[in-house]
Amino acid sequence: MRRYSIFAVAREALRYHAGWEKAWASPEPKKRYDVIVVGAGGHGLATAYYLGKVHGITNVAVIEKGWLGGGNTGRNTTIIRSNYLQDPSAAIYEKARSLYEGLSADLNYNVMFSPRGLLMLAQSEHEVRGYKRTVYANNLQGVETRWITPGEVKDLVPILNIEGPRYPVLGALYQERGGTARHDAVAWGYARKCSAMGMDIIQNCEVTGVRTARGKVVGVNTTKGEIDCSKLAMVVAGHSSVLAEMAGFRLPIESAALQAWVSEPIKPTIDVVVMANLVHGYMSQSDKGELVIGGGTDGFNNYTQRGSWHHVEQTTRALVETFPVISRLKMLRQWGGIVDMTGDRSPILSKTPVGGIYVNCGWGTGGFKAIPGSGYAMAELVAKDYSPLAADFGLDRFKEGRFIDESVAAGVAH
Amino acid sequence: MLTLTCPCCGVTVEETELAPGGEAHLKRFGPGSTDEEFETYMFARKNPKGVHFERWRHAYGCGKWFLTARCTATLEVFGSYPAQTTEPPAELIAKIKEKRPGWEGYK
Repeated sequence: MRRYSIFAVAREALRYHAGWEKAWASPEPKKRYDVIVVGAGGHGLATAYYLGKVHGITNVAVIEKGWLGGGNTGRNTTIIRSNYLQDPSAAIYEKARSLYEGLSADLNYNVMFSPRGLLMLAQSEHEVRGYKRTVYANNLQGVETRWITPGEVKDLVPILNIEGPRYPVLGALYQERGGTARHDAVAWGYARKCSAMGMDIIQNCEVTGVRTARGKVVGVNTTKGEIDCSKLAMVVAGHSSVLAEMAGFRLPIESAALQAWVSEPIKPTIDVVVMANLVHGYMSQSDKGELVIGGGTDGFNNYTQRGSWHHVEQTTRALVETFPVISRLKMLRQWGGIVDMTGDRSPILSKTPVGGIYVNCGWGTGGFKAIPGSGYAMAELVAKDYSPLAADFGLDRFKEGRFIDESVAAGVAH
Repeated sequence: MLTLTCPCCGVTVEETELAPGGEAHLKRFGPGSTDEEFETYMFARKNPKGVHFERWRHAYGCGKWFLTARCTATLEVFGSYPAQTTEPPAELIAKIKEKRPGWEGYK
């Protein structure tokens, strides 16, 4: 693999850019791998990458039924933050955020990480108390956040209407090191490095069955034939229940549609990420100038990648009230992704009832921010059967009632 | 937009009038049940990509709970029935099998 650098750009500029290599190979599957990762989204590719980088396991295949990064990795609102309430969440999300800081250099691929700052508006007395509590918790956890006043909010986001008639802004939880990154680049960067380490990324290859013998996984059936493996990592987000059914167990997961949409591109107007959880909306501005907007999840099971219209209406209405300046903007595109929701709104990184099968799912509405940390912890779990970062996120927590409750702490925008 | 017919008041309404209630026919085991049974009742969900039996409440209408069979892969609604039953009615299952010949049936 040739390194990307300013010299490479200069060299290629002199020869009509004819010398760029393919970023990753597209091989046919081998007969057998040490580890098969199902799902070539951010989490799956990051799992494979850290398996190779940290644990030296490179006989790995990443199998994807569609195209690389074409699921929720390509459908999110690219927000990165780690201001969670509970200690295990703070640990894994902060690990992810800190890995994002050095990810472009690590991958030799510009993931355009932009730590532009992130605000969670408090628009009721309950939220004020809740977010102050989160600030105190974060400071104890070593996550840098602080409480800011309405005046400071207005300085950071001049277009914000802090004196809204219904929901005045009473302050905000501010994480200066939060921000956004280029979602596709994260998947592509990981894929390129995995391929360079000799791993096989196999797209358009759907898993149709999981083969087990004596309570242990021996391989998978796919649309490209049977592939054997010693260990299987299921990292398929919304389709986790479908894959678990093939392996013969059930997960505490329900799949639902979550939508996002973008406005027409406009000049720079907002250089932080703003989340207004009380009115169910969040917004940031992409490098292209589009306002990227997300809202609520549907309440019913759904695999169609289409959400309900009333969420678009509710969220846009809430944001127009919060940012009156956007009221004349046209919305350009709208899409949905299938999110895997757990009861406590925390992920599952766990061994399963079947030997050699590991699951990484349940990231629900907030997986993108966690990609590097999730992959790091999952790789450790697969390689060593134990990861301190993942220890509290096991499936056994549901049996034991040891929930990591983020459904209240994280509010709607996750 | 999802539209369902409430079998209690007979009105066909769209989803903003309804509150979703998750998987139907969950079986709660009595006193003395094992931890596994209780965990299964509380958390384990079929979450199928296909035919799904689920609970809905006509929240901004008659206020009653009812049950629905719906395909999660296409959003096709097969029918609604009252909640006072432990399994889907036979004629609804027959109707679904007609439309989805490959369906494994209710289990």
